[in-house]
Amino acid sequence: MFQIRVHGRGGQGVVTAAEMLSVASFEEGRHAQAFPSFGSERTGAPVVAFCRISDKEIRLREPIMEPDAIIIQDPTLLHQIDVFAGLKLDGYVLLNSRHSIEELGLGELVKGRQAERFCTLPATELGLKHVGRPIPNVPLLAGFAALSGIIRLESVIKAINEKFSGKVAAGNVAAATEAYNLVKEMMTGGAHA
Amino acid sequence: MLKQTEGSKAVAEAISLCRPEVICAYPISPQTHIVEALGEMVKAGRLTPCEFINVESEFAAMSVAIGASAAGARAYTATASQGLLFMAEAVYNASGLGLPIVMTVANRAIGAPINIWNDHSDSLSQRDSGWMQLFAETNQEAVDLHIQAFRLAEELSMPIMVCMDGFILTHAFERVDIPSQQQVDAYLPPFEPRQVLDPAEPVSIGAMVGPEAFMEVRYLAHAKQMQAIERIPQLAAEFKQAFGRDSGGLIRTYCTEDAETIIIAMGSVLGTIKDTVDEMRLEGHKIGVLGIISYRPFPLAQVRAALINSKRFLVLEKSLAVGMGGIVATDVRMAVTGTGLKGFTAIAGLGGRPITKASLHKLFREAEGEALPPVTFLDLDWEAVNKQLERERQTRRSGPVAENILHDKGIVSAKFG
Repeated sequence: MFQIRVHGRGGQGVVTAAEMLSVASFEEGRHAQAFPSFGSERTGAPVVAFCRISDKEIRLREPIMEPDAIIIQDPTLLHQIDVFAGLKLDGYVLLNSRHSIEELGLGELVKGRQAERFCTLPATELGLKHVGRPIPNVPLLAGFAALSGIIRLESVIKAINEKFSGKVAAGNVAAATEAYNLVKEMMTGGAHA
Repeated sequence: MLKQTEGSKAVAEAISLCRPEVICAYPISPQTHIVEALGEMVKAGRLTPCEFINVESEFAAMSVAIGASAAGARAYTATASQGLLFMAEAVYNASGLGLPIVMTVANRAIGAPINIWNDHSDSLSQRDSGWMQLFAETNQEAVDLHIQAFRLAEELSMPIMVCMDGFILTHAFERVDIPSQQQVDAYLPPFEPRQVLDPAEPVSIGAMVGPEAFMEVRYLAHAKQMQAIERIPQLAAEFKQAFGRDSGGLIRTYCTEDAETIIIAMGSVLGTIKDTVDEMRLEGHKIGVLGIISYRPFPLAQVRAALINSKRFLVLEKSLAVGMGGIVATDVRMAVTGTGLKGFTAIAGLGGRPITKASLHKLFREAEGEALPPVTFLDLDWEAVNKQLERERQTRRSGPVAENILHDKGIVSAKFG
């Protein structure tokens, strides 16, 4: 079982991100379970959502405390809560930022871990560019597909087309595709943005 | 059709397939998405004929359901928590009058302190209302139980609550197989009321009944639930034949054949329990699980039969009878009267506290060793509790308990993140 925790703020589509991730996994014939950190979501407040992906039925209902991957939609959360809590030693981190992991002062976190599994992506900018709204969730999902290889870009695109339609869907597909390619470039280039 | 969807949306689709004629709705978290989705279906003409009635309160929701059902309509509503309490008087009337309403309860704690998260306090508070209560373990089972519930309710002319864990199930996206309209139509015949308000054939529904007849009417409500004990397994078997999967029934056992210790629970926590039990089985522990699907009627004989060859049991429940202990545990102990089995109770997950595998591993091992007190409060913060007790010893005006505990824990207000 692969477990992902998504951190962000109310209004950034955190819960939607986890749900779409589960839909993308389902499209690949796998079992998936997405759920929010239950509570009243308020714009701007820290929000957490979870997604489990497995090849067999998922029965576990506890929150994800030891994630295999963490997606952070808002870098300002780094100063507010311990977003990395419980991250597995071989875990993945994808962070929405124009700055690199080192520039964000996360060098310590990466020490002793697989540095190539840590990546940043200017997801808000990609959302603005392609959808006209500063919503980073979809570009981050595609970036996560590139970083981890856990799901395919095509499945993310299927989930986008299930959730949105018309121009919004097309914009999100474009944002996802660019995000995917950006992360792939960074990975092959060896240099993190 | 197999799809990846939210529990609430899946239940709304299942209700729609059951062709309700009246849906009365008042929004309360965490059931809101169900009635919202149904409202959209009615408005779009996808669910017809059906009247969707916005009401001013839960009391009105149940009252409208009663009126609709008495007029011969298949009636549905959904609620949770304080909403269920607010409709309580009408809840008793629905069953007292023998009206086969189906209601989803998206289980949630009851305040004060105000709390919107999951436990089973709400529907269990209506234990003696005369409604049947069926608990879903997964969203698939929630879908399937609603279809079975309309059939059972209408056969017996008694109402049913289908209980699903608020947020944990209602807000979870997971794989659900939504049956076809043809499948549901073949399983669930049109509503044929036993009593109907019809100007052409006037009757009184709700006549006053004095001491000379009240006991008989009440006994008949009990007799109906005893009939349900027979019918629930039959309907589940028929469901399996038609839909190809196990859903519903009175109880469900897991790894109990050679189990010396059996864990008993209701609802979605059974999944976490089963995962824990799988891990313990690999280490050689003789442990199994008994899930109770039908809380009312309570299947005394079936529970007894499932436990009889074990040595001890632990009831893990998301409810608390204040001043006494477990609520489900009381019924289980009644079921095993005279067997000499050792029984323990664990109160867990109140107000949405996560029930983790780590805590269950520890708890189940203690149960195996019979090293538990009769009632355990799982993951209770004794330091916070004792600090408040000490404060009350020291100071007369010790202040509001909830505020004090939040302060002691360094929390400004309930945590949403």
